[in-house]
This record gives sequence, C-alpha cells and structure tokens, in this order.
Amino acid sequence: MDAILRTESLCVEYRGRGLKPEIKPALKGLNLSVHVGEVFGFLGPNGAGKTTTINVLLGFIPPTRGTAYLFGIDVRQPIARQRIGYLPEMTYYYKFLTAEELLRFYARIFGLPRREADQRIDRLLKLVELEPARRRLIKTYSKGMQQRVGIAQALINDPDLLILDEPTSGLDPLGRMKVREIIQRLKNDGKTVFFSSHELGEVETVCDRVAIINNGELKTVGGVAEVIGPNHTNLEKAFLDIIGYQLQPAL
Amino acid sequence: MNTIWALAGVVIKELYRRKDFYVLFVLTAVITIVAGSVRFFQDPNIVRYVKDLCLLLIWISALLVTIATAARQIPAERESRTIFPLLAKPVTRGQVILGKFLGCWLASGIVLVVFYVFFAVVTGSREHYWPVLDYVQALLLQWIMLGVVTAMTLLGSIVFAAPSSTVTIVFIVVAGILFLGRHLNTVAMHYPEPLHSVIYAVYFAIPHLELFDVRERVVNDWGLVSWLACGLATLYAAAYAGLFLMLTWLAFRRKSLN
Repeated sequence: MDAILRTESLCVEYRGRGLKPEIKPALKGLNLSVHVGEVFGFLGPNGAGKTTTINVLLGFIPPTRGTAYLFGIDVRQPIARQRIGYLPEMTYYYKFLTAEELLRFYARIFGLPRREADQRIDRLLKLVELEPARRRLIKTYSKGMQQRVGIAQALINDPDLLILDEPTSGLDPLGRMKVREIIQRLKNDGKTVFFSSHELGEVETVCDRVAIINNGELKTVGGVAEVIGPNHTNLEKAFLDIIGYQLQPAL
Repeated sequence: MNTIWALAGVVIKELYRRKDFYVLFVLTAVITIVAGSVRFFQDPNIVRYVKDLCLLLIWISALLVTIATAARQIPAERESRTIFPLLAKPVTRGQVILGKFLGCWLASGIVLVVFYVFFAVVTGSREHYWPVLDYVQALLLQWIMLGVVTAMTLLGSIVFAAPSSTVTIVFIVVAGILFLGRHLNTVAMHYPEPLHSVIYAVYFAIPHLELFDVRERVVNDWGLVSWLACGLATLYAAAYAGLFLMLTWLAFRRKSLN
C-alpha cells in the first residue's frame, strides 16, 4: 500500500538557553508509515512526543535530523499541506469572525472558487450542526461548538489526509460521540485519518492501526488486535504494559 | 495572491470588530469639533494654528493606530495559537507577513480617509474653500509613509518579545526620525571623527519619514508638491518597506512555533 504519511529517522532536539544549553531530545529516530484509507491512532503519555511529531509534519518546527513526507513531498514545502486537514487539540480560531467567515477565509486560502466554497461551507455547517449559528461570532460559541468549527475548517478542502491532535480532549460524551461519528464517516469515504489521543477506548473502536510512542521512541506499531496481543484484555492494558507502567500496590 | 488578500481581509475585520474603529470615530469627532471652531475669532492666523493642530493630531493618531495594529498581529497569532491552523494550510510564512502588512496598511488607509474627510468637510464648511487635491496629496503621502512604519513595526514584532515593547520602541524611533532626522547632517558637522561619520551614516541609513509630511503646505496653502517628487518618494518608501519586510521574513521563517 502507498504511504501517505512517512517519517524517516525523525529526530527533534530542544535546546535550552545559556552558555551550556541543555539539549533535550523530543523525538529519537521515529520511523512511521501511514497508508491510504486507514485510521491510524498515535498514542503515548504526556510529553512522549506526539504533538512534536504533528508539529514537524505540519512544518511548525524543523526536524533536527531525518525527514518527513506527506504524499511523498517533504513537509518543509507548503504544497505538502494542500491535501491535508488539521484539527488542533484546542480551538485556535479567530474569535472575532463568524463560523461562516472563518470557513470562507480558509476556502480562499485553498483557492476554492466562490460557488464551490459556498456549497462546501453549507454542507460542512450542516455536517457539524452549526447551521443555525453560522452568523454568530465564534467567541460566543460553547467549547463543543468551537471544536465543531474546528472540524469544519479541517474539512474545507475535502482533504485526503486528516491530522487530528487529541480531537476529543475536553469534550463532553455527546461531543466525543459526534467526533467519533465524523471520523467513522471519513473512514467510510476512504479518507486517511492520523490522530493522537489519550482516549484508548475510542482508539480501539475507530482505528485500524496504532503506534505507541514513549520518551520520543516508537515502542510498537501494528493493527489494534496485534498490539493488544494474547496477553492483554484491552488496549489500555497493552498500552500500560508497553510504556512500562507498573501498577502501584493499594495503599 | 489570494492568500495574501484573504489574510489582509481578516486584519481589517479585526480592526473594526475590536471597536478600535469606533474609538477612532470619537477621536475624529473631537478633532472636528476643534477644527469646527476655526472661524471663532475671525482671525486667519488662528485658523492656520487650529488646522495645524488638527493635522498634527491626525498624524499622531494615525501613527498610534498603525503601530498598535501592526505590533500585535504576529505576536497575537502566536499567543492565541491561531497561527497553527493557518500554517497547517498551504501558506508560507512569507505570505503571512505580506498579508499582515497589506491588511495593516489598508486599515491605516481607511483610518486616514475617515480623518481627512472629516477634516476637509469641517474646515471647508467654515472657510468655504475646498483644496481637495491638496488634501488627497497629503493623505496619499502620509499613507505611503505609514507603509514604511507598518513594515518597520512588523519587524519589531518579531524581534521584541511583547507587543507593548514594539509599540514603545517603534513610536520613539518614528518620532525621533520625524523630529530629528532632517537635522542629523547638520549635527554631524559639529562633531569630530569618528562620531561625524557615524552620525552621517545614520543620516543616510534611516528612512526619512519627514519627506512625506506636507502639513505646512496644507496649512499655509502653498499648493501641491510636484507629482514627480511624490512618485520618487513612493519609490523611496517602497525600497525601505521592502527592506523591512525582507528582514521580518528572515527573522520569522525559521522560528519554531511550539
């Protein structure tokens, strides 16, 4: 199968300040491949390097060593991001715009013709159930509504690859279910989804393959059943085992 | 180009949704009330004095709005993290800088139009004299000068940590250039080497923003500056704005955004 997202020996080091700056490795030679049409879960505890990986993939930070490709194009080239959608962990949108204006702004960035942009905005606002609030400023939205605007903006260019950074973080159960439904719908449409999450139950439900990263190192990658293996009852137990977490004896 | 215009549109929308625009209207109203009393003493010298004061206020207000708007653009994008979904699209950092520049510059143009229209209407209705072309030329030259200031402020917003530092430093630099820039060559003659050469070098290196100040001509009704001189001044401003934007891009292009 074709790799739509690929990293090769990806290393990122953060350098401290001062005369003898401390060098902190955030990623240590990460090799990943995500194939067309799969839903790929990227798991790890806080500080494991998930967001750093996503930041490199989106060109926010340059890798210290190694390379990353989207659709076979080096991620340092902006054109690599033409066919992707990105949903950040928190809602980082211009709060002085309405949902409709925000989507129109991103549609213009992708160079969509006005008529096509109008149709897509209507369809997306219906999909995320924000049609009645389309002309309200985003700053008046609830957290769940803001996250749904995020989903709509991530889909404005009808992307072939979606990168979601903890998409359900901070959402109520209904909001989580909606996000899950949307991921499922995208999967059915043949889209590729790469998402980082702490919600292991959710990952188990929607993902085809998962990778587990800890301290910047890839610990395991494979199909969900393969990662759970015969020794664990679910993904959470497998995850804790793989990252080397020892259950504390009861106090 | 579409991306740059889209970014510029967001800057302009932000300006009027943040209510800055309405504050400007209030300021404009205060200025027009002052200007409206120009015939109060029936003394032409007082008319000139009040017009001079009004134009000075327009200069200060426009500079403040331009610097404050440009200084917060990129730091606010980073602080509110709106830069992340933006740069996750096929947008280069160079386009972000150009879009912000265009937006701030157009916004400053809108601000100037509002000021000058009120100024022209009020003074014109009192004096029954409408030197429209003089006002248009003064507005255009001031707007071109604000292009240089916008580019300089964007550079400052990348170099300095907080927008407030950028606003203060850029405002001091611009005020320094406007008040002292033209005298630096004379000052240089009174100093021995190497200070003489240093001051001369500064005199030639700084953008001479005072070239765009035709307030005295408007107040004293000295007529228009030749359009050829205006064209050359525009090229001069474009060179400096281009230089500042290039430096901004160099400073921003490799900056980590985590």
